[in-house]
Order: sequence, then C-alpha cells, then structure tokens
Amino acid sequence: MNFDFSQDEKMLRDQVARFLSDQCSSKTVRSVLEGKAAYATEVWDGLVDMGLTGTAIPESYGGVGAGYLSLCLVAEQLGAFLAPTPFSSSVYLATEALLLFGSEAQKDHWLPKLAAGEAVGTLAVVEAVAQTTAEAIELRFSAGQLTGKKLIVADGGISDFAIVLARNPAGGLGLYLCDLQAGGVVKTAVDTVDPSRNSTSLEFNGCPAELLGTEADGWAQLATVYDRAAVLFAFEQLGGAQSALNMAVDYAKQRFAFGRPIGSFQGLKHMMADMYVALKLAESNCYYAAWALSTNSPDLPLAAATARVSATQAFQLCARDNIQVHGGMGFTWEFDCHLYYRRSNYLTLQLGGLTEWEDKLVSSLASGEAAA
Amino acid sequence: MDFGDTQEEAQFRAEARAWIAAEAPTYLTDSLTKSGFGGVKTGDFDPMVEAKLWQRKKADAGWACIQWPVEFGGRGASPMQSVIWNQEEGIYGKLSGSFIIGQGMCAPTLMAYASEANKARYLPKLASAEEVWCQLFSEPQSGSDLAGLRTRAERDGEDWVINGQKIWTSGAHHSDFGILITRTDPEVPKHRGLTMFFLDMKSKGVVIKPIKQANGESGFNEVYFDDVRIPDTQRLGEVGGGWQVSLTTLMNERLAIGGGIATGFPEIKELVDGLALASGRAIENPAVRSKLADWYAKSAGLKNTSARAMTALSKGEMPGPENSIGKLVAGGMMQDIAKFALDLQGLGGVIVDPQLAAHSARLQAMLLRSPAVRIEGGTDQILRNIIAERVLGLPEELRADKGIPFSKIPSGN
Ligand SMILES: Cc1cc2nc3c(=O)[nH]c(=O)nc-3n(C[C@H](O)[C@H](O)[C@H](O)COP(=O)(O)OP(=O)(O)OC[C@H]3O[C@@H](n4cnc5c(N)ncnc54)[C@H](O)[C@@H]3O)c2cc1C
Ligand SMILES: Cc1cc2nc3c(=O)[nH]c(=O)nc-3n(C[C@H](O)[C@H](O)[C@H](O)COP(=O)(O)OP(=O)(O)OC[C@H]3O[C@@H](n4cnc5c(N)ncnc54)[C@H](O)[C@@H]3O)c2cc1C
Repeated sequence: MNFDFSQDEKMLRDQVARFLSDQCSSKTVRSVLEGKAAYATEVWDGLVDMGLTGTAIPESYGGVGAGYLSLCLVAEQLGAFLAPTPFSSSVYLATEALLLFGSEAQKDHWLPKLAAGEAVGTLAVVEAVAQTTAEAIELRFSAGQLTGKKLIVADGGISDFAIVLARNPAGGLGLYLCDLQAGGVVKTAVDTVDPSRNSTSLEFNGCPAELLGTEADGWAQLATVYDRAAVLFAFEQLGGAQSALNMAVDYAKQRFAFGRPIGSFQGLKHMMADMYVALKLAESNCYYAAWALSTNSPDLPLAAATARVSATQAFQLCARDNIQVHGGMGFTWEFDCHLYYRRSNYLTLQLGGLTEWEDKLVSSLASGEAAA
Repeated sequence: MDFGDTQEEAQFRAEARAWIAAEAPTYLTDSLTKSGFGGVKTGDFDPMVEAKLWQRKKADAGWACIQWPVEFGGRGASPMQSVIWNQEEGIYGKLSGSFIIGQGMCAPTLMAYASEANKARYLPKLASAEEVWCQLFSEPQSGSDLAGLRTRAERDGEDWVINGQKIWTSGAHHSDFGILITRTDPEVPKHRGLTMFFLDMKSKGVVIKPIKQANGESGFNEVYFDDVRIPDTQRLGEVGGGWQVSLTTLMNERLAIGGGIATGFPEIKELVDGLALASGRAIENPAVRSKLADWYAKSAGLKNTSARAMTALSKGEMPGPENSIGKLVAGGMMQDIAKFALDLQGLGGVIVDPQLAAHSARLQAMLLRSPAVRIEGGTDQILRNIIAERVLGLPEELRADKGIPFSKIPSGN
C-alpha cells in the first residue's frame, strides 16, 4: 500500500497553485461575481496553455494523458482559488461523458477541441426546482431534435456544446450532444447564490442533437458520469474548505479583542479545530476516492459518495464558520468570506445536494460493500 | 497511489493468515464477536488467562509486538506489516486490549529512556504479557493538567521515596509494573519539577483500590503510595526531565488508541439492516439513511487517515498531530450511535440483558462505556486545544500558572 500522491503529481499541483495565486486573486473572482465578465478568461486561457483541460484525455485524442490523480490535484487548487471558469463543467462532466459514452467519431471531433480549450462543454440535466428524478424529465428528443427547457445549467452561457438528458419517443432517457453554436437555443442568465459561476437556462426549440451512448440508458449513464465527477467536485470542495480555514486562522491570529488575539479564545479555537477535523476526514476520503477513480475500482460508487459527503460537509462548515470568526467584517461585501460561503453552497447542489449523496452512499453500502 | 499489497506484503499476509488459522483460539470466536465495549467477553473462560495464553503463543512464534526489535521480543517488522497483522488477527486482537497501555505506551517510553540492561530485562516479558504494565499519571487534582501532579519523590541514598496518590489507573489491579510520574521539585515552574520512574506494583507501601465505574465495571483504580522505595536505576530520563518523558508516552498513546479505533459503525449498520420501525424497514427510513451516511463517511475518513499515517511511517516520516482527530471523532460518534440505536427500538431499547436485547446488548454497552472514550487519554476539549495550538498555530490559552513555582499555583482548595 502507498497512500500518497507521487512527486510528479505534487509538482503539477504546486505549479497550478503558483499560477492561480498569480492570476486568480479574489479581484478576479469578484469581476465575475459583480457581472463584469462571464468567466475569468485569462485564468481559463492559462489553464488551457498549461494543458490542464486535457489532463485526463489520452494523447491519442490530443490530451496530456496524465490521468485522474493529477486531475484531482488540479481540481483541489481550482477550488482553493475559487477559479471562476467553466473547468468543472467542461472537464469533469462533458469530457467525462464523451470519454465514457462517445462514439469514435464524436470523440475524434470533440476531445481534441476540449483538450485545446477550443470548445467548452457542459451537462444539462435540471428542469425544475426540485431534486431531479428520471420520471420528471420532460425535455424531448425526436427526429434528431431537442425540444424543451433546462432550468439551470452551470456554465450554460459560455459553453459551445451541451450534453442534454432528454426523453426519446420510446419513453426512455438518453444523453444527447447538442452544438449550442448551431442556433435555435435561447440562453437566459439565471441569478444564483453564487454569481461567480455562470448559470444559464437553456431553451431548445427543435435544436439538432445526436445521441451519446445508448438510447435507453441515459439515466444510468448520467449516474456513471456523476460518480466520476463527484470525486473531482469533492476535490474542489476540499480546496475551498482549506482556503476558508486558512483565512479564519490568519484572521484569528491578528485580530485583537479584550486585549488578546481572538484566536486565543477557546470558543473560536474549538470551532476551528472542528473545521480542521472535518477537513482532514474529507481529505482522506478524497484521496481514497481519487485512487478508486484512477483505477476504475468497483469501490468507486461508494468511495465517490463518501468523498462527496464529507467534502460537502467540510466546505460548508469551514465557509460558514469562517464568517463567524470574522465577526462583523465577515458579513461585509468587501471581505472574501462570502465568496467561500457562496461557492460552498453552489458546489453542494451541483450534482444533487448532500441528501442525495447520503442516500447514494447508503445504497452503495447496502449493495454489499465492506463496512469501514 | 496504490492500495493493493506489494508482493512482499501479500506474502507476509499469507504467512500471518496461515499461522492465525492454525493457532487462534477458535473456541472464543463467538464470544469475541459479540464483545466490544467495556471488558472483553470470553464466555465461560477467564478473560485475563485467555489473553495471556494467546499473547504467549504469539510471542513464542514471533508474532507479538511485531514492530519491536527482535532482541526485545518483537519481529523487527515494518509499520505496514503491523497493519497487515492487525487486519489478519481481527477479533482475536480484542484479547490484547489489557496490554495496550503496557505495550503501546509504556514500552516506547522504556525503549527511549531505560538503560540497556532494563530494556533487556523488561521488554521481552512485556511483549509476551508475562508481565503486565500500567500507566500511573493522573491524580485527583491533575488529569488534563497533568503537569500539576503532586505525588512526591524524594531522594534518599540510592533510592527515591514516593508518597502520594494516583487515580484512574487502568489495570493497576492486574499489573506487575507501572510507569510513574512524580514531582521532585515543587519550587520550580510545574513542567520543570517532574521526574519519571518505573516500579514494581508489588513494592511495599503500594495500595491498590478498584473504583467502580459508571457502567458498573471496574477497569480502573486508585493507587496509594506510602513511603514506597524505588531504586534510582529505575528512573527514566533526567531528574526534572519527567515532562519530556511523559510526552513520549502521550504521543504513543494517541498512536496506540488512534489507529484501529472502534467507532460503532459496524454495530449500527448491522442493527439497522435487520430492523423494522413503525414506518417500515429501518434502512429505508430517511433519517436513518442520513445518519448512516454521515457515520460511514466519518469512520471511512478515520480509516483512510490512519492509512495515510502508515504510509508516512513506512517512508520514515513521523505521522503528524492530525492523528489526534481519531479519538475525538470516534468518541462522540460512538455516543451518538448508541443513543440513536436505542431510540430505534422503543422502550425495549433500554434492556441490557444480552438474552433479551438486540445484538447481545452491544449497543447498550456502548451507550454506557462511550462517555469514557471522550475523557480517557485526553478529553475532547484537550484534543481540540492541541489541534488549535499545535496544528493550526493559534495563540496559547492565557494561563494562570505560567512561570510560577508549582508551590505558588492557585489550586482552588
Ligand atoms: C448585520 C449587523 C448589524 C449590526 N448593527 C449594529 C448596530 O446597529 N450598532 C452597533 O453598534 N453595532 C452593530 N453591529 C456590530 C456588532 O455588534 C459587532 O459586529 C459584534 O459585536 C462583533 O464585533 P466585531 O465585529 O468587532 O467582531 P470581533 O469582536 O472581532 O469578533 C470576531 C470573532 O471573535 C469572537 N470573540 C470576540 N471576543 C470573544 C470572547 N471574549 N470569547 C469568545 N469569542 C470571542 C466573536 O464571537 C467573533 O466570532 C452590527 C453587526 C452586524 C453584522
Ligand atoms: C476509563 C478511563 C481510563 C483511564 N485510564 C487511565 C490510566 O490508565 N492512567 C492514567 O494516568 N489516567 C487514566 N485515566 C485518566 C484520564 O487521563 C483523565 O481522566 C483525563 O485526562 C481527564 O482528567 P480529569 O479526569 O482530571 O478531568 P479534568 O482535567 O478535571 O477535566 C474536567 C473537565 O474540564 C475540562 N478541561 C480541563 N482543562 C481544560 C482546558 N484547558 N480547556 C478546556 N477544558 C478543560 C475537561 O475537558 C473536562 O471536561 C483514565 C480515565 C478514564 C475515564
């Protein structure tokens, strides 16, 4: 057993961290938050230049082929710096869906573009203000066209194509790839708790689309994509949690009240110790899930749900209590505390909330996995 | 990253497995499976006798304390081999519970501070459990504030003379030796006036009185010292250097306890799998599912954290203070699990008769034992202080006793 990342993987992580600490300050995050840009284009371009969009894409499709352990550490840093780019939608969701279910022709066409950052993709699933179920999907695919509406699509406004969950004439669900540049899609921005991420509703009025994978298996395919993406999202959450905790600790050391640093008050110390505990549990679970992802282990559904549950808990706790440590300053627009708070809640919901992942975790446990 | 066994690890595992299959006390399998919280259950057999038998058998075949050097009764095994051994030993490992303090805490302290002659004399018998050891640290006035202890040691020729009292000494009543921390100089600040010894528990002037615990068992004791003489050759570390020595013990305490710590997860999972609630099957109840997921994530997090510590150890790095999270997480979790488990069983949940209660009343035993987990070996609050100060680097507590000679520190009485 060797439960650690390799030197090469850690070097890549450090390189990404250096780049982001130069290029992705909170000023950059705020430019998107305040509506001055749809996403941080320079950050995105830099990530593309470093080849990161192709991290897990095989070289035969124009990627770097560095694998999922590397991608996990990239995700951690993107989360730590709250990078306002479509990386997660394009890399963890669209790229994964294509790698898993794309035909040779689809892969040949899209993967090199995704790796080179010439195309941005996303996944369009949600139709209502409710947890998504297979039964509730109404958007239709027939005669090669999509008709209907997706209520909220992460990065929908800045994507070149979307992979859309839709109902086919036989009544089953499939995943369909739709070129959003081809016209016929109405994009409407949606306001959310985290405006530093692009969120858009997509209305399809007979837009041409093609099947990805098998006609009747869309729901199961989606679950497979989600299991893999959950690990990468969990790493983003982990990075965010670490940054929020660092911010709290730094402030608590500097700020004085009652003649002493507030970090010497046990009420705050114990709160930050609990943040640390949640973070460490999540980190260890994320590492295990990274391994499961990189080896296609049969343990992946359980490992992914476990990482997702604990990373969600950790980021939510750290972001919430970071505000508390900052007192009144934590509740200002000027301080960055709310950026983490917003992002933590956005990321929680992005693949279905904590409740849904808890439920998945227990289902995977019940299907005969070993108990911890 | 790789979770599989290497070829050597697989070979070692096979060897351990074969030996255990041939030698383990299978007549205890059933009772051991059912025991877990509080004293170990061995059915009609005496637990201490059985524990010593198994330990002796392991020692004779080179499977006791396998990480220790061979000359001290170990096998010179790697940390990873030790993990593998523990996995393979499984429930039979429960038998060695009474030896954890001696082997996991006293022994590393002896290895670091005892003379070569004493190491050779005491360690092999500690490994084989021919001699059992206890830890005489806590006192009525000083538990969390260990350095506030009052038991006096005064030099008299080649000996030291001990007077005072220890409390909460687990296993003192069946121990042959103990490591003892004392105050040798009350006129310097508290951390500087301490000295560590080990002593024969049968020494003249040692009186051991069992304490009945809140859960009805008697695992710990009061130990009184009345002019007990300890030869200076049994001093561990410098005179006045006892605090340093105790840190070795306490750090190993966290490793010993933190690693394969029980969380209660397997027990609650087993319970709800077969349980029906008024609303239907327990495993389908949303509240049950949510809690199960949370607890699984925590117990998996602990398991994976200790796997990371093992990786660090096997690369020759020291595992960090993040290992203090183990007991902190597990203690509270166990208590929550037990409470929830009872809550799912109606009034019948209060029954502790193993013939009547679900799963041999293991969850009830957990309810009654788990409060102690949050106290022994550093309370939840002390562990949070450690994380906040040592790991996060937050400023120290304001202290009322800093830099003051021990004799001048306010004591509240
Ligand atoms: C929405 C809002 C409205 C407000 N309205 C008013 C108003 O109308 N009038 C007005 O005068 N003020 C107002 N305030 C200010 C408010 O009273 C202060 O923000 C609050 O008292 C905390 O002080 P602080 O912001 O300086 O934080 P700090 O005192 O710096 O506290 C920072 C952190 O340290 C903790 N801390 C500080 N001291 C201790 C201690 N002894 N023990 C343990 N923990 C400690 C705090 O709990 C907090 O978590 C308002 C604040 C907000 C957020
Ligand atoms: C089952 C069991 C077995 C034990 N076995 C042994 C043994 O074998 N050998 C041995 O030497 N000892 C043993 N102990 C003793 C154990 O180490 C102490 O009980 C423990 O360290 C707490 O000390 P105390 O009981 O004096 O409580 P106190 O230190 O008086 O604590 C009382 C409360 O005050 C809190 N508190 C104290 N200081 C602080 C602080 N700075 N900040 C915040 N809160 C604080 C504590 O968290 C606790 O909640 C055992 C205890 C138990 C329960």
